[in-house]
Amino acid sequence: MADFIYQVENLVKSYNGRQVVSVPALDVRRGEILGLVGPSGAGKSTLLRLLDFLEAPSGGRIAFAGHWFASPAEIPLTLRRRAVLVFQRPVLLSASIFENVAYGLRIRGQRDVRPLVQAVLARVGLLPLQDAPSRTLSGGELQRVALARALVVEPEVLLLDEPTANLDPAHVKAIEAIIREANETAGTTVVIVTHNIFQARRLAQRVGLLVGGRLVEVAPTRAFFEAPQTEEASAFVRGDMIY
Amino acid sequence: MFEIVWLSLRVSALAIIFAGLLGIPLGSWLGLKRFVGRRLIVALLYTGMGFPPVVVGLFVYLLLSRNGVLGSLGWPWLPHLFTPAAMVIGQVIIATPLISGFTMVAVMSVDSNLRLQLISLGATPWQATRAVLSEARVGVIVSMVAGFGSVISEVGAVMLLGGNIEGSTRVMTTAIVLETSKGNFDLALAMGMVLLALTFAVNVVVLCLQGKAFD
Repeated sequence: MADFIYQVENLVKSYNGRQVVSVPALDVRRGEILGLVGPSGAGKSTLLRLLDFLEAPSGGRIAFAGHWFASPAEIPLTLRRRAVLVFQRPVLLSASIFENVAYGLRIRGQRDVRPLVQAVLARVGLLPLQDAPSRTLSGGELQRVALARALVVEPEVLLLDEPTANLDPAHVKAIEAIIREANETAGTTVVIVTHNIFQARRLAQRVGLLVGGRLVEVAPTRAFFEAPQTEEASAFVRGDMIY
Repeated sequence: MFEIVWLSLRVSALAIIFAGLLGIPLGSWLGLKRFVGRRLIVALLYTGMGFPPVVVGLFVYLLLSRNGVLGSLGWPWLPHLFTPAAMVIGQVIIATPLISGFTMVAVMSVDSNLRLQLISLGATPWQATRAVLSEARVGVIVSMVAGFGSVISEVGAVMLLGGNIEGSTRVMTTAIVLETSKGNFDLALAMGMVLLALTFAVNVVVLCLQGKAFD
């Protein structure tokens, strides 16, 4: 049996009676990069928030590191702190880049944060900007700071919501390299939501397709793109996804 | 004249400290939470922000006077009319809605996604709340300044509650009224200039503080 960091059972989320996510089962293996693709409004971001225990499911439950939880109120802080979500539109504190990256360490009561923060800033290529105020950043820099403030706490799981949406190719390449490095050197499990199937293909070991809140197909990346099992997946891979 | 300026500063500063202690938590709470009846409280708050000081003075006067609702109870710690403490009470009532109203707006103007993102980074709800409030700090400082500016230049409540007693409760605004009515325009104008300079100085100091917080 593979080692699962996440297991999902009959997970349902609805807003005002409208079902946004309905996933009967999903396993995330420890140390893998799982890509979640699908048209916009498919419930990808909502699923990610559910996995980060930021939203309460309307039904079902999620296991994190072997413990089952039916609501975010049940998960202990120490366990919750092992997964970090990087949002599609990161919001930073109105402080320096350094302070923004140090935040996750400071709330964990860690002293002597400087070496850790600076090491992460060097990894994302922002060390020269460490004293710059956060409001002066470009879109690509903002995403890299968001990644850095997540990576600095050495999370077991990195949940990424469209980390490269609206970025130019150079920034996309840099961010993908950072993600790959975290996965390979630290063994960080990554769940990445993207509407860009090429990105999923480049990064992920397994890919899942969400359509209308339902998980249509999950398969190893190569199988997903070369021999999709479902009608929807083959349509999505061919590029004529029904929106 | 120095004595008058000093009393003005003391009364208004004390009032702003108390109003801040009441108004900042209230405004933060209103800015952070959504609950039934919140709109009503906000509507009352906005009414309070436009409350005429002289009416506040009248109410507190009626409460504190020897035959008034509270005055007749004879509690030893309750301030008497025509004392600086009575003036402070009036000014606290004037400034609290201002401070909590501005604080609420400042807290609400912090991006609502920030809180969720900090919680995802591992913050406890209380840690995330503290960060959101700290993001709103400039707005809170502005609310204190606005409160100070309004109470130090206010005349109705301090006139009623203090009584403009020389050497005891005479402040700049009441002195200006008195000197003007006596025809001492020189003195009144001088006092007015001091009042203007004072509010200007306070605002400059606060602007510098704001600049530091942001650079």
